[in-house]
Amino acid sequence: MATDLAPPPPKAATETKKRKAGKVPLRAALRRYRWLYLMLVPGVAYFVLFKYLPMYGVTIAFQDFLPFLGYSGSPWVGFKHFEDLFSGPDFGRLMFNTLFLALLHVVIVFPAPIIVALMLNELRVSLVKRSVQSLIYIPHFLSWTIVASLTYLLFAADFGVISGWIRDVLGDTARVDYMAQEEWFRPLIILQQLWKQTGWGTIIYLAALAGVDPNLYEAARMDGAGRFRQLWHVTLPAIRPTVVVMAILASGNLLDSGFEQIWLMTTSLNRSVADVFDTYVYYAGITQGAISYSTAVGLFKGVAGVILIFGSNWLAKRLGQRGLF
Amino acid sequence: MPTMTETKATQPVDNNSSLSGRVFDTLNVVVLVGMALITVLPLLYVLAGSFAGEAEISSRPFFLWPEKFVTESYAYIFATDTFVRALLTTVVVTAVGTVVQLLLTFTMAYPLAKRYLPGRALVLNLVIFTMVFSGGMIPTYLVVRDLGLLDSYWALILPLAINPFYLIIVKSFFQELPQALEEAARIDGCNEMGVFFKIVLPLSKPVIATFSLFYAVAIWNDYMSPLLYISDPDKWTLQVLVRQLTSTDAATALSQMDRTWVPPEQGLKFAVVVIATLPILFFYPFLQKHFAKGVLIGSVKE
Repeated sequence: MATDLAPPPPKAATETKKRKAGKVPLRAALRRYRWLYLMLVPGVAYFVLFKYLPMYGVTIAFQDFLPFLGYSGSPWVGFKHFEDLFSGPDFGRLMFNTLFLALLHVVIVFPAPIIVALMLNELRVSLVKRSVQSLIYIPHFLSWTIVASLTYLLFAADFGVISGWIRDVLGDTARVDYMAQEEWFRPLIILQQLWKQTGWGTIIYLAALAGVDPNLYEAARMDGAGRFRQLWHVTLPAIRPTVVVMAILASGNLLDSGFEQIWLMTTSLNRSVADVFDTYVYYAGITQGAISYSTAVGLFKGVAGVILIFGSNWLAKRLGQRGLF
Repeated sequence: MPTMTETKATQPVDNNSSLSGRVFDTLNVVVLVGMALITVLPLLYVLAGSFAGEAEISSRPFFLWPEKFVTESYAYIFATDTFVRALLTTVVVTAVGTVVQLLLTFTMAYPLAKRYLPGRALVLNLVIFTMVFSGGMIPTYLVVRDLGLLDSYWALILPLAINPFYLIIVKSFFQELPQALEEAARIDGCNEMGVFFKIVLPLSKPVIATFSLFYAVAIWNDYMSPLLYISDPDKWTLQVLVRQLTSTDAATALSQMDRTWVPPEQGLKFAVVVIATLPILFFYPFLQKHFAKGVLIGSVKE
């Protein structure tokens, strides 16, 4: 590394600065690096305004927020809204729907890119591999609106291609609106997630697979390992750290059902299975104007997410894996 | 971070290609090619459908080429005010938004890349914390409202101005840039702002290209922001329009709102979906190429 010419302050400066208040030249630093600090200002302003102000704003979850009284003037009510949420009629259904989708995600959507990456890794013709990769990455860049519209065009009761096929196969003449059926909601959500994210999800695993030392395969072959034993003893251990990191990250999102996707697939007929915390916050807060209550719901979800991500990180470390932080 | 690599993976190799091995290889190719087809066929069908007549869409189950090639769906949507306005809105918001996002992200990433800058660690940690926890939808909505941004196009841009993940990647990229050039510029009397604009940004072209594409795609695709912050139908973006046209609930709501609303013919739905998808597919090859180049540079040592 080349030595930095302009900025040669002692290494200890950053850490000990604040303790020796006054002595260490904070003002000198401000003057010396005024251009750098100036460049920080717009970005920091963004984070304060659109990230940290809303974090301060969660205090209204403990108030009966009245817009004309503001954040400081509204009366405090403690955990009232949380009690309302936990004892209310919606909580059981929301929790069940959210966890059910999360479970399906963990069992079906999460492993899919790992399996596809392993399959791609076994492909010998690189032209096939490249073409398949290029095509299956595409849906990642399409919006949920487009995915929902594609689903609608393919599954629409009157002209949808797939609904037509299902009719033919079942010999059924009834025109079913799959987008409105309760029992079709979860399968469609999972299908959409698989279609949109599986291809893109392989990238990170393929990168891990590319890093495997060829000598390991060589050695395994010397020991008489066939292809599937090589997969089991060399390839899988090689991608395990990546799988662990992805699992920790995913665990933080367990209660995140994905607002846009769920919202776009919710109709007035499937609300009983479609309502999850994400969309419930919108209905309660924006549609019905229960500002404080919906903030409490959002805060519950956010805190649960933090606990989950740190918890699974701790667990991963306990199990002897590397962890995320 | 996902990285798009042209993976030349080291593969398990079979010495004696046994029968079971060959069966596996064949099946593997079949399944993967099948997957690729399932990915693209719906898109191709919608494209074909947008050029087909009304009768063909409802009578033919599946086709990749219309029997009779017609462009009336496109002629119709481009003749409506609503669609043209939504398209223009989306193009302008995406263009302006991408510039704002790039400027904010890159100017912030540069000082954060300077390890010697006092206070850098604090700012960095504050940024990272926002990746784990957020105030949530309603408090953010209130901030946007209190700033007077409701029903303003800025509400579609400013709340998403910096993606913390992109910020961290750009920061790492700046850290890996050779310092010698920057030092030379400083000796020549350039201040940090000058170094940034004259030396660092020109060196960052591939990264700028990558993230302009990523930011542009994110704004173009955004549905939640217009849903939350825009209630004036004159300010709808393309995504909102697509949603309105291809959802039974929304179409009903729309017809109740506006008595003159005629439910669109099926062909229009296909055409609108195509228009909203086309720019993404057009830029996709560049996305793929630049992602490999731009992001990987961030992790390559000098």
